[in-house]
Amino acid sequence: MARRVAIVGTGQTHHKSHRLDVNGREMIHEAVTRALEDCELTINDVDAIVIGNMDHFESINCVDTWSVEGSGGVMKPILKVSTGGTTGTSVAIAAYYHVASGLFDRVLAIGWEKNSESDTTGAIITCSDPIWDRFSYSGAIPSLATEASAYMKQYGATQKDAARVAVRDRTHALNNPYAQMYNRPISIEDVMESAMLAYPIKLLDVCPRSDGACAVVFAAEEIAGKISPRPAWFKSCAARHTTTWFGDVDYDTGLLSLQRAAREAFDKAGIRSPADDLDVAELYLPYSYAGLKWIEALGFCGPGEGPRFIWDGNTDMGGKIPMNPSGGVISTNCIGATALLRVAEAALQVMGKGGKRQVPDVKNALATGFGGCWWSDVVVLSKDRPS
Amino acid sequence: MEKAAIVGIGQTKYERRKSGEIYYDLVYEVTTRAMEDAGYTLDDIGDVITVSNDFWDGRTISCMAVQEAAGAHDKNVSTVEGDGTLGALYGLMRVLGGSGTTLIVAHSKGSEGDPRVITNAMFDPVYHRSLGLDAVSSSALQASAYMSRYGVTEEQCALVSVKNHKNAKNNPFAQLPMDITVADVMKSRKIADPLKLLDCSPVSDGAAAIIIADEKHARKARKKPVWIKGAAHCADAYFLGDRNLAEAASLREAAKKAYAMAGIGNPAKEIDVAELYDAFGYMELMWLEGLGFCDPGGGAGMTESGKTAMGGPIPVNPSGGVLSAHAVLAAGLARIAEAVLQLRGEAGSRQVDGARTSLAHGINGPCGQSHCVWVLGKD
Amino acid sequence: MASWLENEEILTRKGQIAMPYAWSVGEVGSRFLVGLRDEKRILGNRCDKCGATYVPPRKNCGVCFHDLPDDGWREVGPEGVVTSCTVVREDSPLAPAKAPFAYVIVKLDGADVGFMHVVRDNLEKLAVGVRVAARFREAREGSILDIDSFVIL
Repeated sequence: MARRVAIVGTGQTHHKSHRLDVNGREMIHEAVTRALEDCELTINDVDAIVIGNMDHFESINCVDTWSVEGSGGVMKPILKVSTGGTTGTSVAIAAYYHVASGLFDRVLAIGWEKNSESDTTGAIITCSDPIWDRFSYSGAIPSLATEASAYMKQYGATQKDAARVAVRDRTHALNNPYAQMYNRPISIEDVMESAMLAYPIKLLDVCPRSDGACAVVFAAEEIAGKISPRPAWFKSCAARHTTTWFGDVDYDTGLLSLQRAAREAFDKAGIRSPADDLDVAELYLPYSYAGLKWIEALGFCGPGEGPRFIWDGNTDMGGKIPMNPSGGVISTNCIGATALLRVAEAALQVMGKGGKRQVPDVKNALATGFGGCWWSDVVVLSKDRPS
Repeated sequence: MEKAAIVGIGQTKYERRKSGEIYYDLVYEVTTRAMEDAGYTLDDIGDVITVSNDFWDGRTISCMAVQEAAGAHDKNVSTVEGDGTLGALYGLMRVLGGSGTTLIVAHSKGSEGDPRVITNAMFDPVYHRSLGLDAVSSSALQASAYMSRYGVTEEQCALVSVKNHKNAKNNPFAQLPMDITVADVMKSRKIADPLKLLDCSPVSDGAAAIIIADEKHARKARKKPVWIKGAAHCADAYFLGDRNLAEAASLREAAKKAYAMAGIGNPAKEIDVAELYDAFGYMELMWLEGLGFCDPGGGAGMTESGKTAMGGPIPVNPSGGVLSAHAVLAAGLARIAEAVLQLRGEAGSRQVDGARTSLAHGINGPCGQSHCVWVLGKD
Repeated sequence: MASWLENEEILTRKGQIAMPYAWSVGEVGSRFLVGLRDEKRILGNRCDKCGATYVPPRKNCGVCFHDLPDDGWREVGPEGVVTSCTVVREDSPLAPAKAPFAYVIVKLDGADVGFMHVVRDNLEKLAVGVRVAARFREAREGSILDIDSFVIL
């Protein structure tokens, strides 16, 4: 029987485009120190560590063993989980299982990336099959652009609809001093006038690349309440990482991996109507169009209803289901940390530690991860201890 | 720890170059074999953990290449980037956390990349990478530190290669079954002193898979389950200069924990057979000490006296070990698979008679920085 | 083997992941590399908790897990004693020297951890326990290779 598990502490760096003042290990140490301070533990209290990033962004082989001085893993159990963009949620889910299994009581989850150290697109391109795909259809933007244009054709969505999502996230980032795009709001006109990367995606529709790290402390049910007066209980999780080739993706059915992962995670968590039963969502939206289409896959609204749902203000602060109070991925994207930041931000909301970006009275919070070949991870956190 | 068992295993033959198969094919082959071995269909598999490495596979998000081959379609799946023993450990956590069953699969095609460049990338990019260190030269530094600390000779290290290549003759999956002598090892090509060609493992193509199940699901398996008694991992410091390279401190720590879980007080007596990650001959000697099979510095004497040979009180690497087949990442999972075969009594001509408790071991990072220890039991 | 293969070969596709990298050295590491470049000095720093002097210097002690103090900086070496060594017999495209040359871990005087580098000459005299000293390059650029090698004393 799995043990119940809660998040009791979080820490993150102030994310920037370049953190030349620290190397990767030192940047990780910053986030870890902040997470431990947040829950008043020391590294000696940590029983095991899970760490993740993407190898070719920094060209470090065996990041688990490379990191130990910064991650706190000297003479401790540490292992690496890496699944592309979903790495951060995959790390969180792995930390959950470390504790749920009964093998460890207090576990540190770490996601990090120093995207300034290399050519992000050059590295991402190599995720495609070297024989069939790499020379032609690869990297993040082409596949996302294909999805966006298919969605626009299917439902008549516009570039302006997408711009509204980008504006929302960048506006929310006004409340988050950790965001790379903190205090850099944009307008719909700014988005529309920004450079076209691949139709219909423009520069301000997509995430930046960041240097940053995030650390989250997980604890077993017997001790979580002693560490934190208001822990964020890990209610459920699910992952779907099925597709191998980009050509296998069916763009007209919606984001299938997210539909399936969400259905499983919501069932386990007792979420019947996502828009009603969830109070806040931190979604891995790497580009603005995802903020229209993927919220349909999550069941916040029906197919093709994404634009209307957004324009009606449902996802703004103060709306029915505020999305990305942190500013989201469009405001910060240190890739291996990005999905863990979604979990950390969702936990902050449940723990009531959101500061200026706090949504009032959060009971249930959603975090998602996206990556790989249209893969999805879903995590539901709650103020209430799972039954 | 609640009860969990290994109910299925699968291995490819390990070869220098499998030009006819892409790693997707290797993963599919061992996934299918492990399911057949367990008498399971895909519906009986709960979660899936794949094990891969972006450097060895020459692609970012290397796990992307094998998800469907691993039977992970529409399943909860994740990926450990590290030795197969660490992937298995996450698989165990999934089972204990409620997945019912979890399949773990690791693959590697060393033939497709340059091991020097790939293992050079384990070293710090600012301070050590430009020195050109790789897995072989860094291990040579460790061998030097260990041998000078305990007065171990090159001939004593060579005994490990002689024993393990001979054992490999009984293992149809091994790449390098050989009858060699200490003299053969001593006169083989010098690579990085004190390491010579026959002190070093090959780089192989291959894959391995195991299926772990909780007690309820284990009962449904075709064969008698092999129970997981203990499993633990631990990492030492990173910079080689920060470590005492002559001692396997993190192995000692991982073993201590795994033994405590398994209720083992005297490992040399209570463990009947061990499969260790002997990437180089000297490593097996060091790991014998780290595992508490003998005192520090006692690995050479233990090997000389034949205690680790077939027929000895604790045969080590009846399969031929990593020295005889080294598909990186898969090699740790192969150690577990071999330890399972021993307890089932299915190890064929490499069977250790009456084995009831076996040990499997994997390493990660330079010079065995991180270790993972598994104790398995028949009962 | 599939029957069609009898008269055909199996293909491979060649390629490489050749990526540019610019690794952050950080403030602490930069002070160390600038010390090599501008002053031919090897700088370490000391943890005020466990007392270990690290070289290369660290921002935080990995064991005590706290930041090292600013007043902990000190010069170590340039001499020290070899704690392990290997003579490399085969050329590698990654190595800074042609074989034979040696890798060494040197316990520099004043440091508590080993320092990794290379030895080029008098390899027959190299052994654990011998004393060595750092030899600097004439043209230095702020890299670990500003130390050309260690020479046996």
